[in-house]
Amino acid sequence: MDITAQQNLVHQTRDARRAIDFPKLSPAERDALIKKYHPDHRGHAYRPIKFGPNAGDSTVKEVATLLEGDSTIPADFNLTPEYSVDVLVVGGGGAGCAAALHAHAAGANVLLATKLRLGDSNSVMAQGGMQIAVGPDDSPVQHFLDTLKGGHMKNDHDLLKVMVEEGPSIGQWLLELGVLFDRQSDGNLHVKKGGGSSKARLLTCSDYTGLEIMRVLKDEVLNQKVPLLEFGAVVELLSDGNGSCTGAVLQDLDNKRHVVVAAKTVILATGGIGRLHIQGFPTSNHYGATGDALVLAYRMGVPLVQIDTFQYHPSGGVYPEQLVGALVTEGIRSEGGHLVNAKGDRFVNELDTRDVVSSSIIKECEEGRGVRTAAGRSGVWLDTPLLDVAHGPGTLDKHFPAMVRQYERYQVDIRKDPVLIYPTLHYQNGGVKIDVKGETPAPNLFVAGEASGGLHGRNRLMGNSLLDLMVFGKRAGQTAAERAKSLPQGTLTLDHVAKFREEAKRHHVSSGLTSPMVLPAYTRQV
Amino acid sequence: MANDSSTPQQFTEQASEIQAQMVTVEIEGKPFQVPAGVTLMKAMWYAGKEVLRGAGCLGGFCGACAAYYRTKDDPKVKTCLACSMAVEDGMSFSFMPAFPARKAIYNLQEIKDPKQDLFELYPEAPLCRNCNACTEACPQKIDVREGVWKAVFGDFKAVSDMFMDCVMCGMCAPVCIADIAPNLVAVYASRAQGVHFTEKPEGLAQRIKKIADGDYQKDWDRVLQLSDEELQNTTASIT
Ligand SMILES: Cc1cc2nc3c(=O)[nH]c(=O)nc-3n(C[C@H](O)[C@H](O)[C@H](O)COP(=O)(O)OP(=O)(O)OC[C@H]3O[C@@H](n4cnc5c(N)ncnc54)[C@H](O)[C@@H]3O)c2cc1C
Ligand code: SF4
Ligand code: SF4
Ligand code: FES
Repeated sequence: MDITAQQNLVHQTRDARRAIDFPKLSPAERDALIKKYHPDHRGHAYRPIKFGPNAGDSTVKEVATLLEGDSTIPADFNLTPEYSVDVLVVGGGGAGCAAALHAHAAGANVLLATKLRLGDSNSVMAQGGMQIAVGPDDSPVQHFLDTLKGGHMKNDHDLLKVMVEEGPSIGQWLLELGVLFDRQSDGNLHVKKGGGSSKARLLTCSDYTGLEIMRVLKDEVLNQKVPLLEFGAVVELLSDGNGSCTGAVLQDLDNKRHVVVAAKTVILATGGIGRLHIQGFPTSNHYGATGDALVLAYRMGVPLVQIDTFQYHPSGGVYPEQLVGALVTEGIRSEGGHLVNAKGDRFVNELDTRDVVSSSIIKECEEGRGVRTAAGRSGVWLDTPLLDVAHGPGTLDKHFPAMVRQYERYQVDIRKDPVLIYPTLHYQNGGVKIDVKGETPAPNLFVAGEASGGLHGRNRLMGNSLLDLMVFGKRAGQTAAERAKSLPQGTLTLDHVAKFREEAKRHHVSSGLTSPMVLPAYTRQV
Repeated sequence: MANDSSTPQQFTEQASEIQAQMVTVEIEGKPFQVPAGVTLMKAMWYAGKEVLRGAGCLGGFCGACAAYYRTKDDPKVKTCLACSMAVEDGMSFSFMPAFPARKAIYNLQEIKDPKQDLFELYPEAPLCRNCNACTEACPQKIDVREGVWKAVFGDFKAVSDMFMDCVMCGMCAPVCIADIAPNLVAVYASRAQGVHFTEKPEGLAQRIKKIADGDYQKDWDRVLQLSDEELQNTTASIT
């Protein structure tokens, strides 16, 4: 059957589907579904890490291999620094920009190094919004409880409490920088309801929330003249030989030259892991999402937390082929869009948490109720036209201009036809262990944003990441700047790398693979 | 459709084995055979080219992949985002190099009269000669020329609405005969709109005050002393 014929079934069943209310699953049903279908529970994709701070812990093979990989920096590397700074911020996404701005404002001498251009990141793509408890019927405590539930009760309570309590003042900071959040007619912030949240709590800038925030933060980084090194990828950290971080080695990707930076403090804000294509999944992530901070911190002896759990966003594109893996905004489901299988039936409450919805989509496809494309992929329908039917013509144009455009480019009109989706690798739930100031167990090494772990438990709630970036970017930036004031620059050594190499030898790991990956190898060997 | 079990759906950025049909495209003036229907970005990779400058979000949001293209026999050179456009047979394309547009430096909090200051920060803005090249160059289909005039006439609200779609690809700047970088003018106007001409949300201020005053302390005390099991039960009842 061609795609058009299958789409017709969605149109035909729309009215009948609207008449029924699809209940959310009970906790026991949720658990059973996830255990059976969620990719986090596919044992064959996992293996124990052989050595290092998380020795024996299980994670996906793609991550384990990189963690055990060798440094690209030889033992006799010349460590004469080219830069000497108070705070080295690594990564030009939301967390990195926030950290750099706050460290700079606190008087520190900052260098912001990033792999691609400033702002080329996951942050710029966030469409759904940012959770902050601002509604009159909402509270930070409610935000805390919702997030805990979404994270399967595994969230770090201290980190989480800090995030939800500082949310409103972060909202204020962004407004003061000129971020244009959507408003109600009375001037208050407009809030939308996100999957897994009990209250409407998502602040949005139409469906360009991340783009708007990043346009503003980037502009401010440039206005503040924060020294920048674009196309500068961190490939190794430096230590004083006693476990404290003292700088980093970057590689200038334009000319491949290495650049040594002496830094009193280092903040890693390098984001997620989508481009590792864990378990063969396509991804919604940017080109540089290769989990570099995990590798760098691990080699410094810093443990990772919940590094066995990843978020597969329920709605990744399946058709047309150009959109495979691309994120289809969750907003469609928030506004009442149905998920429909090849038989024309709904099969899950669309507003359940991401892990539940993704598991149920995988279940439909594995049990033969998926829709197949000519390219051999399968997926389920997301009934986009339903939004214009339910809320009036023009709803999609007004609230989802980015998505309308995303499909229009390939001659698909989401106002007329539903789109096919399948889970896409989206987010690293866990990450580098940090405390409430964003500092890792290795003194003077901070991690902020998606690269860090603990806050989101085993499943991040929609919209909590953007808040996480701003809160912990700020905390790391301010703490690092403060620390640097009274801290002498430590010596620059590669002792931790030497130690790591010895351990690798002892565990007979000699894959020859080096890490961090820096960029995925997409170029075909011709 | 009996055996639909395809998880994990093996993924490849090159998509070569499922795209049997090949087309010929010209990249920077040189012909290459690439699978039909892939994005310009994937065509680059398929052609064996490393992409560093030119790739960013890969999702149509960051503007890193600004490209010029022309379709077969059509003299018109158009613009696109290479990560979000499909190749077709006979197409020619090249990436846009970084363009050295001047960004003004300002402190928005300290600016007193943002609409007047626009003329000091971007004195070229009012010199727009209405050629409309910027609008034609915009891959996001923003009416850029109109936006420049709205900024000049002080309608910053309109500018902020019009440029919400702007991915800062910068393609509107090299074409401008008045040396205006419309996207940078728009960022200034939009931010000024937010900082100086938008209501302060009352509810947010109240929430911040309540948190500072410790109004939620009782709730926190109650929640934080719950055992794991009690917490689980509390959250289970959330709908
Ligand atoms: C498509 C999409 C939509 C999303 N929507 C939402 C949403 O609506 N709400 C929400 O809350 N969250 C959302 N998320 C999640 C959220 O956007 C990300 O988790 C968040 O932006 C991560 O921010 P970050 O600053 O930690 O990392 P990023 O924004 O990814 O930035 C990391 C930066 O570090 C750089 N970098 C990486 N490695 C190195 C290195 N070795 N050296 C130097 N630089 C390096 C990268 O190039 C990049 O600039 C979405 C994510 C995606 C992918
Ligand atoms: S306005 Fe200019 S920078 Fe913005 S999207 Fe259009 S061409 Fe690109
Ligand atoms: S390209 Fe320059 S001169 Fe022409 S309309 Fe746009 S802003 Fe005006
Ligand atoms: S790579 Fe970001 S818009 Fe194309």
